[in-house]
Amino acid sequence: MDNISRRKFLKISATTISAAATLGAVGKITADVNKISGNTTKGLRKIPTFCDICFWKCGVIAYVKDGKLWKLEGNPLDPLSRGRLCPRGTGGVGSHYDPDRLKSPLIRKNNRGKEEWVAVTWDEAFDYIAQKMQDIKSKYGAESIAMFSHGIGGNFLKHTLKAFGTNNFAAPSFAQCRGPRDVGFKLTFGEDVSSPERTDIKNSKCLVLIGYHLGENMHNSQVQEFSEAIKKGASIIVVDPRFSIAASKAKYYLPIKPGTDLALILAWMNVIVNENLYDREYIEKYGFGFEQFKAEISNYTPEWAYPETGIEPDLIRNTAYEMAKYKPATLVHPGRHVTWYGDDTQRSRAIALLNALLGSWGRKGGFYTPVSMDLPDYPYPSYPKPTKPKVDNPDLKYPFAIETVTNGIREATISGNPYPVKGWFVYATNLIHALPNEDETIRAIQNLDLLVVIDVIPSEIAGWADVVLPESIYLERYDDLNVEWFREPFISLRQPVVDSPNDQKPNWWIAKKLAEKLELSEFYPWENIEDYLEYRLSAGGYDFEELKKTGIIKGSPQPIYFETGVPIEFPTPSGKIEFYSLQLAKAGFDPVPKYKKPEEGPPGYFRLLYGRAPVHSFSRTQTNRILMDMYNENEVWINKFIADRLGLKSGDYVKLKNQDGVVSNKIKVKATERIRPDCVYIVHGFGHNSKMLKFAYKKGASDSQLIKRYVIDPLMGGTGMNVNFVTIEMEV
Amino acid sequence: MARFGMVIDTKKCVGCMDCVVACKTENNVPEGFNRDWIVQDARGSFPTVNLEIRSERCNHCDNPPCVYCCPTGASHIHNLGGVVLVDHELCIGCKACIASCPYDARFVHPEGYVDKCTFCIHRVEEGLDPACVSVCPTYCMYFGDLEDPNSEVNKLLNSRKHHAVLPEAGTKPQIFYLE
Repeated sequence: MDNISRRKFLKISATTISAAATLGAVGKITADVNKISGNTTKGLRKIPTFCDICFWKCGVIAYVKDGKLWKLEGNPLDPLSRGRLCPRGTGGVGSHYDPDRLKSPLIRKNNRGKEEWVAVTWDEAFDYIAQKMQDIKSKYGAESIAMFSHGIGGNFLKHTLKAFGTNNFAAPSFAQCRGPRDVGFKLTFGEDVSSPERTDIKNSKCLVLIGYHLGENMHNSQVQEFSEAIKKGASIIVVDPRFSIAASKAKYYLPIKPGTDLALILAWMNVIVNENLYDREYIEKYGFGFEQFKAEISNYTPEWAYPETGIEPDLIRNTAYEMAKYKPATLVHPGRHVTWYGDDTQRSRAIALLNALLGSWGRKGGFYTPVSMDLPDYPYPSYPKPTKPKVDNPDLKYPFAIETVTNGIREATISGNPYPVKGWFVYATNLIHALPNEDETIRAIQNLDLLVVIDVIPSEIAGWADVVLPESIYLERYDDLNVEWFREPFISLRQPVVDSPNDQKPNWWIAKKLAEKLELSEFYPWENIEDYLEYRLSAGGYDFEELKKTGIIKGSPQPIYFETGVPIEFPTPSGKIEFYSLQLAKAGFDPVPKYKKPEEGPPGYFRLLYGRAPVHSFSRTQTNRILMDMYNENEVWINKFIADRLGLKSGDYVKLKNQDGVVSNKIKVKATERIRPDCVYIVHGFGHNSKMLKFAYKKGASDSQLIKRYVIDPLMGGTGMNVNFVTIEMEV
Repeated sequence: MARFGMVIDTKKCVGCMDCVVACKTENNVPEGFNRDWIVQDARGSFPTVNLEIRSERCNHCDNPPCVYCCPTGASHIHNLGGVVLVDHELCIGCKACIASCPYDARFVHPEGYVDKCTFCIHRVEEGLDPACVSVCPTYCMYFGDLEDPNSEVNKLLNSRKHHAVLPEAGTKPQIFYLE
């Protein structure tokens, strides 16, 4: 059997899988491990791999001409890219040739943050790190080392640190991004939305996007399906304070007042319930606590929501009717980056409940059930058992945090409670831009005995590091296998297509080498990554050599909808869809989401909103010369009427000053009819202040720098970040 | 005789610039220059806005002033599909063509000659679509023979409302935008 359903996987993973230790001889790592090919053969070679410019992991065909990287196209076999990459994936070529890349290991020369370095050998870097780690372990325990990471590339480093004895691993993708959504859905359906999202956009007949700017965020499969839905004539409803690209495709555009989305969702549910437009059979069969829910939402009429949201009652009603008309093929998209106001889990839960009313969970055109291949993990020795609980969530103060809370680790690092955190490993995530309130991050860093940053390019967080380790980019390395949960089961391979230009090394090599220095060699029974990959694939019955040629191995198709055979199960405490949540009530939270007015800004201030550009990934692509030729500095979107009143026109430079007096770098004005007058908008990822990012230095402004304030979601620890307000300062 | 042209569905296009990036890598377009670009044409006032997103490039006009004004014959109409091309060897970089183009589709390459979109003629000759068309994640771009009544481009033009950019310039542009 080469496939397992998600449900079965959940059951399997609930039981402990004990790993048998099969120890092989630990050999010497070959000195030229980085020279993957040395191949400068004349002519054209096409090599499949998968992308790492974002986390979507699209299948790529790399074209190498006369030994040099030429271009990247989508791998037609890959279910994620379906043969077409997004602009960032296509522009990945620029990451290989980026002159600002990290080139050799660096050790800090002066005070932290000065960005003054001594270039060292890998051996010197590992000696330094290993010594500090042993010091921390003997003084505070191994748990006092934490790791922050983003993407699949962190797997081997996590393995080394688990072997060392820590259990503190976090990614901003939870508490600074999709966490509230996944918790809100899990509380309702018993399962989260997962990534890639299990949204059946291409079959939706009515697609509702709430602040989700599809097309500006380029999650490839989602955008491809969005286009397919448009082609098929799907009715699109977009809710956004900004007239987004998606809004331009919509039948209904709802220019909502920022922070009031929950009021709109409650009013929609009120209409659908009161006018008996919901999927009665579905709810009778699968719903729990519907009557209590019905009573709770009875006062949230469209007339009530109007002054909150600014959306006229008729428009609220008509869009509710539209959703009901196409049910169950109506998809109210749960979004992805949803850490907005601190009540985000409850808003996400309301979105889940709206979908439940429409009967879309598990149904075609709504949410499908993802499937995957059955591939055993490598049989490593068991990790040492940590002696302390994880540091991020003492006494379960965030009772519904289903992953580690980054800001919880930061808080513990500052306070020393519940125990001190003295070492940070930061892999491929620029924490200064990813976490709100950079002062707090810097304060935490001051308490560290060791900060190691592993990345392909410099960053603000690398600027604060003690040791910076340069990693080979994805086109120059093997990585762990991607065993994806998606519409169809498949495994994809990342493999090197060109050599690294300098002394960069792949993450697996860094992790293995560090383990050796820490006398943890028994955790690396394999000599080379290829042995590891070969072992895992053989264990699943697959051929490594074949995968190197195709990049993708597919399993046989499986049902993905309730109506085609997916078992109908809801792993909640009641075993049903929880319209009324007893576990929330028990923990002291609203069992049915309740609306609270968002906090307003001071008079004369604009709410600061931020989002994505299709040609950039976070703060990680602003030195990629190809992508920078597309969009090389961000702009501040200001409503045209407001801009006129301020005497500003597009192209003028201004600075933004937040409610706490933080002033941004200078930023270009975009005076536009495409945004409400009470907010401004900038693309995230610009405004770099690291001098090592030569090409990106001071280009545009950083939203992160202005996000001094944040509101913590009490359910799961997420940081609501759309709670800052700015004024516009003239730049002279 | 084939007449190559493009049809671009503005309803599907999200303006992601993948077409621009793909052109850049396919054709090694130097840093600081692009052969195609995205226009976001917003009209109306908030919140009643109409936004048309267009992937633009050389229109490979049927009546190309850039060819007529070229003193050396470098700008010329290719024998395959009426594609407008520049012969780098013949180009003296006088920029007359740049001045004559109503679409601002041309630039001086750092190596001294005038450069622009070629409809990826090197790919088309091999039976492939231009790079921009072949990578588009929204499948909004179509390339084909406008003279062939059965071509997809013609079917789209016959079934959907469409327009060209600046038809009033009189250059007979061969790229059409579906509304």
